[in-house]
Amino acid sequence: MSNKLIVSASPHVRDNATTSTIMRDVLIALTPALIAATIIFGFRALLLTAVCIASCVLFEYAAERILGRTNTISDLSAAVTGMILAFNLPVQFPLWMAIIGSFFAIVVVKQLFGGIGNNFANPAIAARIFLLLSFSQPMTTWLQVENGRAIEGVFGATPLALISTGNTANLPSIMEMFLGVRGGSMGETCALALIIGGIYLIYRKVITITIPLSFIGGVLVLSFLFGVNPVYELLGGGLLLGAFFMATDYTTSPITEKGKLIFGLGCALITMVIRVFGSYPEGVSYSILLMNIITPHINRMVRNKAFGGVQQ
Amino acid sequence: MGAKIVSNNGKKTLPGVHVPHHKNTNDSVPQVMPVPDKVYISLHMHMGAPCEPLVKKGDYVKVGQLIGSSQAFMSARTHSSVSGTVEAITTMTTSIGNTDQVVVIATDGKQEVSEEVQPPVVTNYQEFLDALKCSGLVGLGGAGFPAHVKFNLKDLNAVDTLVINAAECEPYITTDLRTMLDKSDMLMKGIKAVQNFMDIHKVYIGIEDNKQDAIEKLRKETENDSTIEIVALKAMYPKGAEKVIAYETCGRVIKEGQLPFQAGVIISNVTSMAFIGEYLTNGMPLITKTLTIDGSAIKEPKNVVAPIGATFKDIVDFCGGFTEEPAKVLMGGPMMGTPLYDISYPLVKNNNAMLAFTKADVPHWEETACIRCGRCVRACPMGLMPSLIETAFKMKDTDELKALKVNLCIECGCCSYVCPAKRQLVVTNKLSKRLIAPKK
Repeated sequence: MSNKLIVSASPHVRDNATTSTIMRDVLIALTPALIAATIIFGFRALLLTAVCIASCVLFEYAAERILGRTNTISDLSAAVTGMILAFNLPVQFPLWMAIIGSFFAIVVVKQLFGGIGNNFANPAIAARIFLLLSFSQPMTTWLQVENGRAIEGVFGATPLALISTGNTANLPSIMEMFLGVRGGSMGETCALALIIGGIYLIYRKVITITIPLSFIGGVLVLSFLFGVNPVYELLGGGLLLGAFFMATDYTTSPITEKGKLIFGLGCALITMVIRVFGSYPEGVSYSILLMNIITPHINRMVRNKAFGGVQQ
Repeated sequence: MGAKIVSNNGKKTLPGVHVPHHKNTNDSVPQVMPVPDKVYISLHMHMGAPCEPLVKKGDYVKVGQLIGSSQAFMSARTHSSVSGTVEAITTMTTSIGNTDQVVVIATDGKQEVSEEVQPPVVTNYQEFLDALKCSGLVGLGGAGFPAHVKFNLKDLNAVDTLVINAAECEPYITTDLRTMLDKSDMLMKGIKAVQNFMDIHKVYIGIEDNKQDAIEKLRKETENDSTIEIVALKAMYPKGAEKVIAYETCGRVIKEGQLPFQAGVIISNVTSMAFIGEYLTNGMPLITKTLTIDGSAIKEPKNVVAPIGATFKDIVDFCGGFTEEPAKVLMGGPMMGTPLYDISYPLVKNNNAMLAFTKADVPHWEETACIRCGRCVRACPMGLMPSLIETAFKMKDTDELKALKVNLCIECGCCSYVCPAKRQLVVTNKLSKRLIAPKK
């Protein structure tokens, strides 16, 4: 039997977590928000999500096939991108445009930069901004939500848009915003569902609390400083979706906790500057994209000190 | 169960990972195995120069007789573990991976004890060091560092603290636990000897808090001794790493490039300390080793006292043999243990476990792309950044590797353990260390 024993490098045991189990946890964490979106915005929320996931997975498969890479659709990362992209779209957004968004996310941002672990920006965020610039009108047309349901064919504005135009009389109540019955992208509105998902991710140790805490905390503090209502800044836009699910993307956020703190605070600052001083009512996705781009520099400058290490 | 045990005296701990403990043999009092027909005693079971044989073919040897020694300072003596006739002096590969001279002895089963075995007379530090040298003791935690070298200090004032490593953080292994439960009198005798001859004022015994009975037992026994403190460590791998246990018991930081004595501490494994107590009592050199035999392929997992030089096959046979043909056999624990090519290797001094696993328990992990989740960074007890080290290694960027302090890696395996992409981060660290090591 001397030639039959397996010899390999230590350690000889490994943790159960794999890339797919992590991505599966993210999908589970997004599910409450999907259920909420389906209740508020109707069946089309499910359809839009399904189309985005299917097209992202398909583009991932095709791109890897053409580029001669190993097939990685089973790691579920493309499905996560699809789901988050769908959450960032208005519910009645044309499906063919959503498919173009998936193409941009997976092929341009993810695969052309080397695939999972190598993209410079969060694919879903980059695709959302790409769609916003390409199809500005459908991307900023929101269904009116009244009595807990979206009304087909009637369009309204998001709470942040109402605030930025000074139309504060028609703002939804705080409870309505907490439950998500307000105008906005289909997955961003229900704060309750997003917080449940976020807590699940932290509990499962998929993410650490640093980025959500510094991002959300930073927005609250800056709201006081800029003299705007912090509750509406917290619940009225895409902050919770961004802070829990998009800013925490592994590849495009810093590795150390100190770096994550800088990243979260930077996101908060850019978000609030855009919201308060910019011409566009929402700034979460731009803030994350900009911080994504400086993440390599944060990683270079903010490092852990080795235990017992001596500076040469 | 007594009062709730506070781990690490309530202080913050260094990072690490929670690995399933599998301490199946906790209650297994070590059983002495019968002497096998033949033993293969390596002359190189320690760090440093190998021994030269002092016996030749045809010689009759007795238990405890000196059969190998070296003129070099950094070496450890070799003794016979059996009585019998030297059959050959040959070379073979041992579980350390070296090809060394081995004394093959055909045993006669009488286990006649050599006249050389006499309790040593020790009244001062020099005689204590001489006794350690005669005992053939090496660090029993796994490194095999000769004890008479470790305890030999030019300036005794430099060291004021003795840290006894009883963490036993590797899964499966329970031999240190058994030492504390079964030989605490010898442990105390060893500690007192080191305290007296080396003028040590403070002793810390670091034990992971999954060994509550050992903690309680030793606390009770040291109640009236203010110089000995039992520190319960959070049961989190790798609390038994030298730098980790020095920090978590007494707050000493062994800095880059330092040896423990430069930080004022001596660190010794608990079973080594108990051996010192035994040697001072009966003068029997290090000729047996207690080891944990466990794993899914072992029929009757248990702790075994085996003569040095017995083959792993003999030892497994004493444990009822294999349940089925093993797929992987480890010398040591699953986190840092070395896989064996062959179970006919003989037991050496610093082996403390042999684990055998069936095919079902030896999965193959496919490496996938790094997703930069940072788990390796959060798990590293030394505060290193393995994912960045991997990138720098691929680029052969030696300046970056030096800046990332890869030389401080203790190869504990936490980074590889937690990696969801199953990357071989420890291997990369080892290769990186090689890359930046000064050229010889």
